[in-house]
Amino acid sequence: MRRLTWFNTTSLTLGFVFLYLPMVILIIFSFNESKLVTVWAGFSTKWYGEVIRNEAFLSAAWVTLRVAVVSSTIATVLGTMAAYVLVRAGRFKGRTLFSGMIYAPLVMPEVITGLSLLLLFIGIGLDRGIFTIILAHTTFSMCYVSVVVSSRLVSFDQSLEEAALDLGCTPMESFRLVTLPIIAPAVISGWLLAFTLSLDDLVIASFTAGPSATTLPIKIWSSIRLGVSPEINALSTLMIGVVTVGVITASIISKRATLRQQAEERAADQP
Amino acid sequence: MRRAVLILVPYLWLLALFLVPFLIVLKISLSDTAIAIPPYTPTLDFSAGWQGIREFFSELDFENFIFLTEDDLYWKAYLSSLKIAVVATFLTLLVGYPMAYGMANAAEHWRPTLMMLIILPFWTSFLIRVYSWMGILSTEGYLNQFLMGIGVISEPLVILNTNIAVYIGIVYTYLPFMILPIYSALERLDGSLLEAAEDLGCSRLSAFWLVTIPLSKGGIIAGCFLVFIPTLGEFVIPSLLGGSETLMIGKVLWEEFFNNRDWPVASAVAVILLLILIIPIVLFQRNEQKQREAEG
Repeated sequence: MRRLTWFNTTSLTLGFVFLYLPMVILIIFSFNESKLVTVWAGFSTKWYGEVIRNEAFLSAAWVTLRVAVVSSTIATVLGTMAAYVLVRAGRFKGRTLFSGMIYAPLVMPEVITGLSLLLLFIGIGLDRGIFTIILAHTTFSMCYVSVVVSSRLVSFDQSLEEAALDLGCTPMESFRLVTLPIIAPAVISGWLLAFTLSLDDLVIASFTAGPSATTLPIKIWSSIRLGVSPEINALSTLMIGVVTVGVITASIISKRATLRQQAEERAADQP
Repeated sequence: MRRAVLILVPYLWLLALFLVPFLIVLKISLSDTAIAIPPYTPTLDFSAGWQGIREFFSELDFENFIFLTEDDLYWKAYLSSLKIAVVATFLTLLVGYPMAYGMANAAEHWRPTLMMLIILPFWTSFLIRVYSWMGILSTEGYLNQFLMGIGVISEPLVILNTNIAVYIGIVYTYLPFMILPIYSALERLDGSLLEAAEDLGCSRLSAFWLVTIPLSKGGIIAGCFLVFIPTLGEFVIPSLLGGSETLMIGKVLWEEFFNNRDWPVASAVAVILLLILIIPIVLFQRNEQKQREAEG
């Protein structure tokens, strides 16, 4: 039954054209000489030069990167703890509320998350800036991390942990030596997810940033509201390039890791 | 002891930065607008002791919610968000189902690549993906240039800053959320069932309607909710691609807060939006539960 009919080929081709054509056009026109974005006037890389010389873009990019690295790292630690609690800690008082608070931010509209955090920061008199964006990003991305990690925790064989405990490991050692290596791929993909969510976020950052800190999406937002600009095309192309290289590298690394693991398992099976 | 620390750290974090902020929104939605910093009243003053707390509670009321029902702007915004979300979800299903179907029927060695191609846009900036349509859809944009170039139209079409552009933007950005659950349902589908249906005299098309669609129903429902829920509160797409006719509640909330600086009304808008969202979220959870039970 698995065959590629003309219908399937057409729908896949059209679908992928729809998904990729807008980005391809954007990339092509980032090399356009003309200031008028819709008229092709010859090949040029001058807009890339403009982007690189633009202090405002550079400082916004630096803020975004710092926020993303710090918030995704804290989110990974908290999210992994939360996942462990959800899957392994058994019953405790307020467990329902806890799992509710893990899942709710995933479906909460960004405008509400942003608004509520801003009202909190103002309420407790915290000055808005990089620190408040980090707090906000950590909070919503730890929930994504904990969903990714808990699906891995559910699926692995708990008797391995019990064996480690029986053989004299402390709970901490059993976590470090047995659990962590097994869930590591999920923890890493959780970190990557948190990192991209943070890089990408406009709405929550706009609410929590305040005048002293501007992230790249906020900067891009304020200039594209006025319309299409060749500089933003160039900046977008750079960002698409970085993400594409990153995602492809990550997938190759994880594929190699899987292959190596399979090879090791085969070797272990041999007498 | 160690277990307590493990539970308490993420628990307290979420209490302080998720639940408490939400309670503050709830509280401010019951307060009155004031020309002050912060721009609402009453504020809770613990230094006044019980007297202060009692006064604080006695000043809260539902005035903002009553205001929302009286001004039709808000009614219209909620209804139009619902309409846009429903139509956009349906359009995404129309585009996404054939793609998921095509992927599930592709050769085994092709599927990881196809999967990667579906997920890759998800990692690139949402803002840039929405932005990429602005150059295509504007009156001097690439689409109009192309259509006028081949002589299909003589006057440029006005698409940018209309609801059509909003639909295109939503379908484009949320397509992966529709495709992935449908694909995973279709991939599990047992091909011999279709063979059996055809042996028993079904045409290919009726086998598709009677076997494939019902067996992928769980994936379809999951995909629809994954598109519908975030679309309802969407802000970026209606602001960039929509026009003055596009009324969506996420945009209204943003403007109420940043432009009108009316925090109590913005909070009340948020509370109602959440109340509306509870229904699809509960239905979605129930569907997921059913899927899990069916699988396992």
